[in-house]
Amino acid sequence: MPVIEVSHLHKRYGETVAVQDVSFDVAAGEIFGVLGPNGAGKTTTVECVAGLRVPDGGEVSVLGLDPRRDATRLRHLVGVQLQESRLPDRLRVAEALEMYASFYRDPADPAQLIDELGLGEKRNTPYDKLSGGQKQRLSIALALVGNPKIAILDELTTGLDPQARRDTWSLIERVRDRGVTIVLVTHFMEEAERLCDRLAVIDKGRVMALDSPAGLVSAVVPDQRIRFRPSTPLDDHLLTGLPQVTSVTRSGTQVVVTGTGDVLHAVTSVLARNQIIAADLRLEQATLDDAFVELTGRRLTD
Amino acid sequence: MHAFSQILKTEARLYLRDTSTMVLTIALPTLILVVLGLIPTLRQPTADLGGQSFITYFTPSLLVVTLAMVGVNVLPTVLATYRERGILRRLATTPASPLALLLAQLVLALIGILISAVLLAMVARLAFGVPLPQHPLGFAAALVLGTAALLALGLLVAAAAPTARSAQALTVPVFMVVMFFGGVYLPRFLLPDFIAEIGAYAPPGVQALLDAWTGTAPHPLHLVIMAVVAVAAGALATKLFRWQ
Repeated sequence: MPVIEVSHLHKRYGETVAVQDVSFDVAAGEIFGVLGPNGAGKTTTVECVAGLRVPDGGEVSVLGLDPRRDATRLRHLVGVQLQESRLPDRLRVAEALEMYASFYRDPADPAQLIDELGLGEKRNTPYDKLSGGQKQRLSIALALVGNPKIAILDELTTGLDPQARRDTWSLIERVRDRGVTIVLVTHFMEEAERLCDRLAVIDKGRVMALDSPAGLVSAVVPDQRIRFRPSTPLDDHLLTGLPQVTSVTRSGTQVVVTGTGDVLHAVTSVLARNQIIAADLRLEQATLDDAFVELTGRRLTD
Repeated sequence: MHAFSQILKTEARLYLRDTSTMVLTIALPTLILVVLGLIPTLRQPTADLGGQSFITYFTPSLLVVTLAMVGVNVLPTVLATYRERGILRRLATTPASPLALLLAQLVLALIGILISAVLLAMVARLAFGVPLPQHPLGFAAALVLGTAALLALGLLVAAAAPTARSAQALTVPVFMVVMFFGGVYLPRFLLPDFIAEIGAYAPPGVQALLDAWTGTAPHPLHLVIMAVVAVAAGALATKLFRWQ
């Protein structure tokens, strides 16, 4: 059952159309990614979902409620982590969480949340003395302190070093395991590929694709490439006859097979039947990045 | 209500941690008073000032320092910074309203002004024999309305400034005008008559404070002007204020 339904969302600022036509559903308990280049309309889309902006057209429903009309009820149910939102320099970690906890009817225990997010030793540290990763974890903690059903996290690993980014990713997975539905706005391919169950690729205010990362890649760039060195000479016709195979070429002693679907299984079965061992077997698949280029005609740059 | 008291508590903590701002807003007028009070001639009654000492004459102007500092300097800078940092916007995503934060700031400003005024009056009385405000009701009215006018102007600056930096830039001239007409830079008897007259009507209305301090009921027009400034600037600020 979808917890978020967006249909034909349209939003413009003056002459500029930020969101042209965006539709998607988010299922309960999934990590849903909104992926796209800067200025694609990602943030505007989730801000309409969070009730921070009024759409110019289309429908948005969150947990069966209208983000504008039922704003007061939804604020207890949806935690939001905004892009580039900071806290006062002298505010300490525990104070920030205790203050935010007081806003909610049924908040999480701030002390426990601080420990869970690995901020235990920093509970009395002022905001301006925290590292980038710690600030980000505190920001996530503030989005979770109300025990929300849905957490909307916008660009949560921008500006973090690779280690802090990976730590944040495993944190998000743990949050999902607690039953929170997560909407993740990102322009990092690796992040989307690693974390998201499904994602919407948005470009120029439109949804270009809506699928799981793997499904998206295989739908957009279906070709896979298999490389191996056969233990005994191989007759190409053994492979070219397979429906999954599109081409067989050679590169030195290497055989390169291109194909779609379960081509790997088909090829290895044929080899096994002919008692040929495939040495140095490699499967090359397109990445989400390749799919993105295919969809939008350009590469996402970090 | 629980949320508001938590916000107020947190903001009060942050205010107490910012020692330099706290000293500037609460203790500065009293410090200036003490420095001036150490000069013997300033404690002597002067015929030029109608038999008052300079200290007695100048004390109400010192109150303007706190009012200007809190109203048109600290308040707009804090609010513009909070907006720029996305703090107001972040609050808008929670069940608490950013309005609660604004109210907490106003409450703290009022408390700061009150403490500063009491401190100034007490030290002036105990150390230099300056009489306490002789027309308490008129003094309270002048203080409340003058404060309201300056806080409203401060909100207007916070509303009009797009960034924290521009808020700071905007507060400087407003602050200097308030201080000048309040007779802080130059004692008002040294100012040309027409400037002193303007000062009576410029927020926070130093003439009304002075009159009430020395025992005359403040001129109703002076008080009405402050109320009008408070309402007009407050209404305009409400119209212009952006949470993000």
